[in-house]
Amino acid sequence: MSGGLYSMEEKDFDKTLDLTKVKPYGDTMNDGKTQISFTLPVPCGDEAIEAAKQLMKKMGFENPLVVYFKELTKGFTFVNCYGSCTHTVDYTTIHVPKVESTVMGMKETDEYIREHVGRKIVAIGASTGTDAHTVGIDAIMNMKGYAGHYGLERYDMFETLNMGSQVPNEDFIAKAIEMKADALLVSQTVTQKDVHIKNLTELVEMLEAEGLRDKVILVCGGPRISHELAKELGYDAGFGSTSYADDVASYLAQEMAKRLQNK
Amino acid sequence: MKKSKLGLDFEKVASAKNLAKSIADDVQKFVDIYTTVTVERTCCRLIGIDGIDSNEVPLPNVVVNSIHEKGLLNQGVLYYIGNAIIETGLNPQQIAEKISTSELDITTLKFNPLDKIKAAVDPYVQQCIARIKANVAKRNEYLNTIGEGPKPYIYVIVATGNIYEDVVQAQAAARQGADIIAVIRTTGQSLLDYVPYGATTEGFGGTFATQENFRIMRKALDEVGEEVGRYIRLCNYCSGLCMPEIAAMGALERLDVMLNDALYGILFRDINPQRTLVDQYFSRVINGFAGVIINTGEDNYLTTADAYEQAHTVLASDLINEQLALLAGMPEEQMGLGHAFEMNPDLENGYLYELAQAQMLREIFPNAPLKYMPPTKFMTGNIFKGEIQDALFNSIAIWTGQGLQLLGMITEAIHTPFMSDRYLAIENARYIFNNMKNIGDEVEFKEGGIIRQRAAKVLDDAHKLLEDMVNEGLFEALEKGIFADIKRSKTGGKGLAGVVTKGENYFNPFIALMKQR
Repeated sequence: MSGGLYSMEEKDFDKTLDLTKVKPYGDTMNDGKTQISFTLPVPCGDEAIEAAKQLMKKMGFENPLVVYFKELTKGFTFVNCYGSCTHTVDYTTIHVPKVESTVMGMKETDEYIREHVGRKIVAIGASTGTDAHTVGIDAIMNMKGYAGHYGLERYDMFETLNMGSQVPNEDFIAKAIEMKADALLVSQTVTQKDVHIKNLTELVEMLEAEGLRDKVILVCGGPRISHELAKELGYDAGFGSTSYADDVASYLAQEMAKRLQNK
Repeated sequence: MKKSKLGLDFEKVASAKNLAKSIADDVQKFVDIYTTVTVERTCCRLIGIDGIDSNEVPLPNVVVNSIHEKGLLNQGVLYYIGNAIIETGLNPQQIAEKISTSELDITTLKFNPLDKIKAAVDPYVQQCIARIKANVAKRNEYLNTIGEGPKPYIYVIVATGNIYEDVVQAQAAARQGADIIAVIRTTGQSLLDYVPYGATTEGFGGTFATQENFRIMRKALDEVGEEVGRYIRLCNYCSGLCMPEIAAMGALERLDVMLNDALYGILFRDINPQRTLVDQYFSRVINGFAGVIINTGEDNYLTTADAYEQAHTVLASDLINEQLALLAGMPEEQMGLGHAFEMNPDLENGYLYELAQAQMLREIFPNAPLKYMPPTKFMTGNIFKGEIQDALFNSIAIWTGQGLQLLGMITEAIHTPFMSDRYLAIENARYIFNNMKNIGDEVEFKEGGIIRQRAAKVLDDAHKLLEDMVNEGLFEALEKGIFADIKRSKTGGKGLAGVVTKGENYFNPFIALMKQR
């Protein structure tokens, strides 16, 4: 199954970078080289390899190469493939909505809140619905934080409550009212069958019904959450897997300040 | 005792075990006074009550609720059912059915002497004991004929959410080399105060633990076990609000491994500590009798607390869990005490600390098949680095003789495992287990070196923690947030309403029978 150690393909394509026509990069500009692996529900054999190649072609890859294949169990074949992508995207016209705030350190954020808000920001967080994972909300809220980024509990200018996991939206809202929360932080880790979408939408609807939606900064986070998705669901901001407490804290501080200014 | 490769102070180990015993004894004194709704439902299940009513409420719930509603559960469900057997001439299942249609109220019948009631229940008790014994015999027969894989057992999960799809995945995993298949439960089942009924094809992140699902998977694993010439163990979860009921279902359907840890439920599912410690006791008695290897959940502490700083809490908890299991009559060989490879990969010499701790646990619990959990907290979505993290984890397992190796998946933190993820994980483990097979026999650790010092420190810190806990007790320690940085109050959490003080006529014959063995 060796495809040869060196690529002997002709490289007669245009090798200058054109941001209006971007494609993957292996070791030469515009070679389109892509690695991909998947399992086909067919018996292992030449037919399986051919099927994988044809599928790669339909996906838009030239010169598809099946470099490894293995029968996982009867009737299922796993393949590792390489190919050259024929599609391109126009990078120059891409616009991704982002949380618009400057990321500050903990001290800086505390100082900013003292100056621009003048009191502690009350933030409550929870992993809501049936979601039992606390990793996300703990990383953002707990004293210790995650990977050296201290959580909101450690900030002088945040008053926080981490309600933990499996918190029903009703309880979450009740606590928000009780604590007069300025910010609600919702974490969603389990995303199978889009259970997080249902749950996140429900919270927005319930807040609207209570007349609370505009009175709080509503933020969600989780490994499968983007700012764009969050906005679409009716949240003020969304934080994905590469966000830390500083990102959330900075955003909350600046958003609070902005809202006070606009009053 | 075998010579320590770590220079462990075994007097300190013995002292720590004594401290843990005293903490566990204290808990047991408490446990002995109480029963719970799920303990009583378990008795129903064990004497043959199964099925659901027209509203899909399980009959064990129907029966127990009918007594609990009247505030009479302190006498225990067997007292009322035994009496009803005498008064009606019906068997337990028929009695349950009549209760469900409101044709019968077993709390208002004429009451017979206790001895006579116990005698009426006895045939059903014996039948159950015989069925579980037959399951143990069947497992032993398999182990003696087709045999099993070498330790560490390769342990993988299936989590499609559909029991029939799980079967496909599980059989594939067995063919690839898995020894233990855990069928992940749907998110949230631990908080249900009943066990759903029948085969299920839905759920989030898993599907329901039901007796029918246990049967379906047991059959599938026996088939594939015979095909590959290796007994394939089936694992499920008896944690949450129905610990003993699920243990009973597992005993009846020949499960081999059960997650079984009250502390986990208290900390991570906010289940009331009193409730779940009472539940745990009966569940461990059943698991012990049924030859089920339990898994404790210490690994989870390290997903919230720091794995380096809080390593001693894992050891302390393992020591307490060992003593609680002994009190339930469980042999050491069935104690899959938990720990995990969860240190930050950026930590300098982190591998050495992990190695020290794994070896330390091996020597402190020489007969226990330790359950070693893979990196999860620092799995990033960079599957290529993840493969290396999992490889380091696997190397420590073979080096230190771990018992149950829950394989890490490169796609941890991305999705529930694909069939190919499991294949890659098993390939990784088998490569390392074979290639490094006897490394542990070849290496001892340098006196005064990093590894010995680390092990000594963790043992010291655990000893100190247990000293503090002896004075305060387990409940107070939980209130202070000693484990996993999570605080849980004795009267907080879910399920306290289902705890009842045992009354004068209370009897549960299973405990004595199952502990005798």
